Amino acid sequence: MHGLVNKALQGFLVETYGRQVWDTVRRDAALPFEDFEAMLNYEPGLTRAVVAAAASRLGTTPASLLEDVGTWIVTDPARDRVRRLLRFGGADFRDFMMSVEQVPDRARMALPGFDVPRFTMERSGRSRFGLTIEWPGFDIAPLVVGALRAMADDYGALVLIEPDEDDARRIDVELLDNRHSEGRHFDLGGAAR
Amino acid sequence: MSRVDTILHRVIGLPGRGLDRLLPMHLWFGPSGAVNRAGPTLEKLAARGDLRGRDVFDVIDIRQPRAIDSLPALLAVEGAALGLRLTGLPDLPLRGQVHGLAGGSGGLLNISLGLSFAEAVEARGLTLSDFSPCDQTVELLYLREAILATTAETRRLTDRLLAARHAAEARATSDALTGLANRRGLAARLDELLLRPDAEFALMHIDLDYFKQVNDELGHAAGDEVLVRVAQILKSEVRDTDLAARIGGDEFVLLLSGCDEPSILSRIARRVMDKLSRPMEVEGSICQVGGSIGTTRSSLYADPDPDQMLRDADEALYASKRQGRGRHTLFRPPGLDAARGLP
Repeated sequence: MHGLVNKALQGFLVETYGRQVWDTVRRDAALPFEDFEAMLNYEPGLTRAVVAAAASRLGTTPASLLEDVGTWIVTDPARDRVRRLLRFGGADFRDFMMSVEQVPDRARMALPGFDVPRFTMERSGRSRFGLTIEWPGFDIAPLVVGALRAMADDYGALVLIEPDEDDARRIDVELLDNRHSEGRHFDLGGAAR
Repeated sequence: MSRVDTILHRVIGLPGRGLDRLLPMHLWFGPSGAVNRAGPTLEKLAARGDLRGRDVFDVIDIRQPRAIDSLPALLAVEGAALGLRLTGLPDLPLRGQVHGLAGGSGGLLNISLGLSFAEAVEARGLTLSDFSPCDQTVELLYLREAILATTAETRRLTDRLLAARHAAEARATSDALTGLANRRGLAARLDELLLRPDAEFALMHIDLDYFKQVNDELGHAAGDEVLVRVAQILKSEVRDTDLAARIGGDEFVLLLSGCDEPSILSRIARRVMDKLSRPMEVEGSICQVGGSIGTTRSSLYADPDPDQMLRDADEALYASKRQGRGRHTLFRPPGLDAARGLP
């Protein structure tokens, strides 16, 4: 699994709960080093161990922890680059959802050799989407739930986003209002800033 | 040619809004060279308001394949790759291609941002909807931004690895207890010195006297404390250009560069021995050690070899020990006098 996901998980734990919590979690998970490196690859088993250890320490479930990580990745001001790269996916949230199947290809374009999940989109009507995410070795769908909720806010859309009750890999999205609020500004040419 | 073919050949039948969407950076001009219509993104870039009615050469400045300022010359380069600028944005080189329209009714020029894409988008605040889905400019912007991010991350990783390497190198060449150089650190400095053909230096081999007693009577922790104090004394006796090393349990070496005069070396040795033999308080007890020293100098050798020099310094040290400790011996090569003990 790519270090970016692991690094984000560590970053979320360190910045939300403090370095001490991270140190405890990595010891619980028997991580053989202190920090993940964003540009290296890791065994999915390490990520599962860290998620399980962190959820247990924080008294929550792996799924709800991963949702928080997903939201944090998009909303943390220090990681504005991630939000920006995702905003290239469309001018509004509907456009973004229509192109969400391209997210893995975009990720691969940015990081050749990036091991990415497979996104499959099913649409019913203009406002209902079913997104299935397959990634052998790690159940990343809850993280995508968190990230999608944050992206909907970013675009200013009113959206219901829930994990599917029957299929853990599937996310149900219902777009209630594509222009609910102003959303956050996205400046296409703002890369260098 | 059939009638249908003729129609397709001559007419597109595209409404203006369709043209705007398909080619948001087009410039359609009539037979006189006046602009009939300009794509919305082109108008944003040109930043000169409504371009309709303006002369095409008032809007663009064609430089490749050559400077062009008349309509016939422009239509003559039909199909070629054009290098051009907008007069309203003269710093950014753009690309274009022109085609004449049927019956001499003017021409259609399409423009692309080319390699100026990032500057152009920034200069005019273009958005996703300013580009056709068929235009890869947005993908280029995305890639440029992704590269900025990954390059920054890779640089951070490289910096961390470099820092870790420096730390590992420092650990590999220094003694963990005293912070002095270790045997490897000493060897590295000697190799460095010997690269200079005119290097002049002395090696002073120091062995602590009565150290075993401290260890036996007060324990290893006290022994370690004594070694740390000894290291402090040695460090204070050498200059920054010299090196103090711990090469064994209670064995130390001073590498004194630019120092070859026997009387000076003897004076340094005496001062070191004097300081080492002062009583020190360690963990509540007073203990006293001392030092015996053997010294050799690079100028004694035609081709100084570090191992040979260390052996000779050791031999001189041994002579000092034999003569009853607390002494300094300067190595004398065989053939001159025998190694001679100095008080």
